[in-house]
Amino acid sequence: MPGPALSRVHGLFLSLVPSLEVEETLERLQSQKGVQGIMVANTEGIPIKSTMDDPTTARYAKLTCNLKARSTVHTSDPQNDFTFLRIRSKKNEIMVAPDKDYFLIVIQNPTESATLWAPSVIT
Amino acid sequence: MASKLQKRKSSSGQKTSKRGKNRPTLTVGEEEEPTNMESLGHPEIYPVVLTTKTQEIFNCRIDEDITDEQPYKLIKKEDILADFQNRAAVSDFYPVKKVIQEYPGDEILLVYDKDFKYGLNFYLVGTEEGKENYLNAPEIPEEQEEYKEHIPEEICIYKAPISKPWVSLGSEKEIEEESVKESTKKITYMISRKRHQFGAPIKFSDQNASSVKDAYIECTAYPDKNFTLRQLEKDIGMQVVPEVKDISTQTRWTYPKNAITQYHPREFSEEEKETLGQAKSLTDFLNNVSISVEIALQQNEIMNTFIDDWKCLAEEEGTFGDKTDTHLKEYQSFTDLHNLTEKMITCVSWHPVIYGLIAVSVAVRLSFEDRVHFSGKLLLQPSLILFWSFSDPIHPQLMLESPDDIFCFKFCPSDPNIIAGGCINGQIVMWDITAHADRIENIKTGGSRSKKVTLKPMFLLEPDSNKEAMYIRHCAVSSIENGHKHVITDIHWLPDTFEINRMGTVFENRSGICCQLVTCSADCTICFWDIRPQKALTPQPTEKKKDESIEIPFDVPSTFLHLDLAWKPLSKIRLSKGETSLDHCPTKISLSEDHLQYKAQDKMLAQSKAAKVGDMNPYQNLEGGLANHLKPREDFCTKFFVGTEEGEVIYTDWKMERDSETGRLMTKKPVSLYTVHDGAVHTVQRSPFYKDIILTIGGWNVAIWKEGVMTGPLLQTSCAPKRYTSGHWSLTRPGVFYIGREDGYIDIWDLLEKTHEPALSQNICITMITCIKPWTFSAKQQFIAVADYYGTLHILEIPWTLSHPSANEVLSMNYYFEREVKHLEYVDQRKKIREQEKKEMQLEMEKKKAGIHLKRRPS
Repeated sequence: MPGPALSRVHGLFLSLVPSLEVEETLERLQSQKGVQGIMVANTEGIPIKSTMDDPTTARYAKLTCNLKARSTVHTSDPQNDFTFLRIRSKKNEIMVAPDKDYFLIVIQNPTESATLWAPSVIT
Repeated sequence: MASKLQKRKSSSGQKTSKRGKNRPTLTVGEEEEPTNMESLGHPEIYPVVLTTKTQEIFNCRIDEDITDEQPYKLIKKEDILADFQNRAAVSDFYPVKKVIQEYPGDEILLVYDKDFKYGLNFYLVGTEEGKENYLNAPEIPEEQEEYKEHIPEEICIYKAPISKPWVSLGSEKEIEEESVKESTKKITYMISRKRHQFGAPIKFSDQNASSVKDAYIECTAYPDKNFTLRQLEKDIGMQVVPEVKDISTQTRWTYPKNAITQYHPREFSEEEKETLGQAKSLTDFLNNVSISVEIALQQNEIMNTFIDDWKCLAEEEGTFGDKTDTHLKEYQSFTDLHNLTEKMITCVSWHPVIYGLIAVSVAVRLSFEDRVHFSGKLLLQPSLILFWSFSDPIHPQLMLESPDDIFCFKFCPSDPNIIAGGCINGQIVMWDITAHADRIENIKTGGSRSKKVTLKPMFLLEPDSNKEAMYIRHCAVSSIENGHKHVITDIHWLPDTFEINRMGTVFENRSGICCQLVTCSADCTICFWDIRPQKALTPQPTEKKKDESIEIPFDVPSTFLHLDLAWKPLSKIRLSKGETSLDHCPTKISLSEDHLQYKAQDKMLAQSKAAKVGDMNPYQNLEGGLANHLKPREDFCTKFFVGTEEGEVIYTDWKMERDSETGRLMTKKPVSLYTVHDGAVHTVQRSPFYKDIILTIGGWNVAIWKEGVMTGPLLQTSCAPKRYTSGHWSLTRPGVFYIGREDGYIDIWDLLEKTHEPALSQNICITMITCIKPWTFSAKQQFIAVADYYGTLHILEIPWTLSHPSANEVLSMNYYFEREVKHLEYVDQRKKIREQEKKEMQLEMEKKKAGIHLKRRPS
């Protein structure tokens, strides 16, 4: 019967497509200017995907999973929720986007890429 | 008594005795009681000591007159008395004088006490009875023995005692002595009381002892120091005992807990990662989240929101002093008051290491004819380089003597104790002041020498014993025949990174010190010199030297002895103008790596550089460097800028090439030549910030060049109202330079502010400024030394605004220069275009003309 076979094939296709999408998205993000690394981790801090080396990845994943950002936002206003976190440090910027099960962490070096400089002395 | 005497005389018979008695007057008030042997039961025996003399007098010498058989002698009382008279207290019988005086008889018995039975060697028997007993005694012992035997046999006949008259034997005297007598009469008191008081009942009552005065007498105890004892020694027993402590605590026992330690981070295995990566939830998640992330990323790309605009707008914080103050402030000025002739300062140089020390070369203010005219007088006065210190504006610290006026000099960068100067007669003079280095180093600290600097009139000026300025003779001068023939206008030390040989090829410098000089002179040559001893190519010079054998004064160091009067240049470059005889007359040169020497070198750096070579001062061992086999440096730029007397700026090469025709070494032709200045170029200087930007000042205008740009100067100012006589880049601000004018003004140019005129003009002195040299001591202190034509050296402090660059000044100046270069290129291009246009226009004009002609000729 072609029906179940089709569905099976369809299922296969479906299973293949998501990985491509994932890669595509990640590629797109990576191509932005100044991006140093991207990683995806689960809520426990175990990295799933990463463009950086393992120790760095593990470190970032662990540290971000312990963030109390969600509780900070949620407890003061139960209807509010934590959607995005940007940490600007001297050298770079860490962006954390949370979800139910996963975290997306992107590290960017912003000063290189900024096109609009602060006004300087120009003769 | 007499009968007894006779008896004795008859019994003894042989003896002759001397007796003498006298009653000597007693000088001493006391009469000693002679001691007698009463205690031993012989009250009549008086022991005496007879000296040999006495023995001789009385003929009782031991072993001669007195023997064992007859150990006694009868001495006449008179003799003893006579002896008393003769010898008085010295007489040995003196102690028993009383006895002798009272002796009843005429002869006294003197017995030799051989065994010292009675204590002394002789004894006197004081009574007749005793004498008799003794004399009869020798018979007794013999008899006694028999007597003892006979005692039980003899029958004692009792004789009733007959009372005799009392014979005093002296005992009553003793009794008198011993008896106790009342010294005073007894006092009797009679106390009586009334009778009825006797036996009355006694009443006792209590009384407080302290209430009634004097009711009691107490002996209060007081610490009497006489009786305080300090225990100096103590006897203690000690025992070491182990200290034992017993502690107990009660711990709270809660409950057992599981503890875990993690050594590795938890990670998914590869398959898990794969599966998770495939999961749909991840895709959805990413899709949702990536949008916001992208927005954030792009935001960062567009603008940096965290920049503090205020901060960037502001320039450096911590301004010292008023920011609006832009004038140079006079700090100090130095004039040599000792020398009477009018002098001008020809060159100024700060000491590269020591704070506050500046060296100045002075020359006489005479033209050539005047010099010749007064040559005799000039010979008497020494030409000097003076060392001034901030701490003493009147007395120079050191004075370096030279054979003639110095027109330029430089400190050696690798050793500030070596100075090279160029003379007016074309000689190079070298000094080595290593021996006096401590003197100038400790100027600041030795301020106690003369705190008050009093200006005394000239005729009262005496050299202070401490402040006697040292005249230091030069170490070496170059050879007169082989060197320059005219005044040396500029002298530079080649940096210690490379060295040059005769051909002009550059080699690396292994010795680590500056060992070569370059000079240019008004005889149209540029010479390279090496201070190391050259291997003599011809034996002639050494022979000449031997003939001369000048005695060198002992205080001149021998560092450059090998060079003295025999110093020839390594190579000579003649700046010829082609075939004509007139040559370029160089006034200043600028080599490519000079700009390293503008900053005040750290003492540590300089020392470490010198220490690299060895422990010895490398200049003492110059020969060592010659043996090194050196590697030539290929890509070294051997070109340099020269400013000439005619106002030209020449860019030329020092490498010599062999002329194909003649085979001689020839200088290459200059790469470029520009005449931009209307007078002699007196400043050719590279910028401290950019290696290829050169400032040239001469005549009435200023030009800035970029090395490599052949079309012309980047900037050429318009002519100033007054002639420019000296100039220098600022050491800290890339767009600022100082120019001195002939009327004593300093023009301060700031290229970032104005390029058509100076930013600031300030009057310093009344006469022409001959030299300007700025110097940085610290971030807060920057000085500029301005030397004038009348011999005064002014030290001015550069204000904050002129010494501290703004935030992007270096970059901005870079942009400026780049723009100027582009401008030149543009001008060039435009020139070409214009030429073309001109040609076209001309063609058209001609065409038109031809056309008109054609038109006019109707055919």
